[in-house]
Amino acid sequence: MTTLTFEDFKPGHFGTFGPRHVTREEILAFAAEYDPQPMHLDEEAAKKSMLKGLSGSGWHMCAILMRMMFDGFIGRTASMGSPGVNEMRWLAPLRPGDDLTLEIEVTEARVSRSRAETGIVTFKGVVRNAAGVALGEMVSPIIVRRRADAVA
Amino acid sequence: MRFFEDIEIGARRELGSFTFTAEAIKKFAAQFDPQAFHLDEEAGRRSLFGGLAASGWHVGSVCMKLLVADGQRLAKEAVARGEEIAVWGPSPGFRELRWIRPVLAGDTVSFSSLVETKRTSDKRPEWGILQARNTGTNQRGELVYSFLATAFVPRRKAGA
Repeated sequence: MTTLTFEDFKPGHFGTFGPRHVTREEILAFAAEYDPQPMHLDEEAAKKSMLKGLSGSGWHMCAILMRMMFDGFIGRTASMGSPGVNEMRWLAPLRPGDDLTLEIEVTEARVSRSRAETGIVTFKGVVRNAAGVALGEMVSPIIVRRRADAVA
Repeated sequence: MRFFEDIEIGARRELGSFTFTAEAIKKFAAQFDPQAFHLDEEAGRRSLFGGLAASGWHVGSVCMKLLVADGQRLAKEAVARGEEIAVWGPSPGFRELRWIRPVLAGDTVSFSSLVETKRTSDKRPEWGILQARNTGTNQRGELVYSFLATAFVPRRKAGA
């Protein structure tokens, strides 16, 4: 399999990835370790919360989104890491049993000013459940190596 | 946790610290972010990070862990004073998240939270909306992590 480089990312729709099934057990395990709020751990407390039922931590959604990006394309991309996330919107709760799909769009791709051998590709990812409801939306740049023969 | 009315803009809380061991870094990465520089010391050394580096999502999740623990401490203190506990609502998201410097195996990151803005919600009068800048600083005093968090915080009931 060829490695994807900066040149492979052009503005526009890039791909749709998944589905990724999310179990109750993994929602509880992540919440117990990183986000032990009652709305993520306890069915009764969750019913009374704003989210009206047990939901996964937003950080769990982010971590799953990362894994879906890795499995979808980052794992075969000359990725050098990310400087951050411009925006993450948690739009609707992640529920036990959800089957997630991830739609990836490239919003910007530019050559780095400080490191000529790299480019910065900004991705917008929308994660949806099986009903097509958008649960989360993330905009984040990733540093990607340029093809050797493309660097002047 | 505190009520909307009790939170002052500019208030800063130290949330505690966390040491990112190689074992913890690899465990998180294997599950959620298995890029070589998060899994393997040699690959980490060859990367821009210069060593085995924690996934940025690991750093973010640990910050959340310490934010929740701090909220639980505040709740206990409120109970001890015989006060009502404020149960915070969910967060609609965050902005301006920056992984400023790599968090390498063995690094200890201390997190803190600074309240930047607060406003009442028009759609949900029983809630206020708070923005806080949460940051992480390593054992050398270098800023490694920062983001602007938003959360729904309950208002005190009228007349309470």
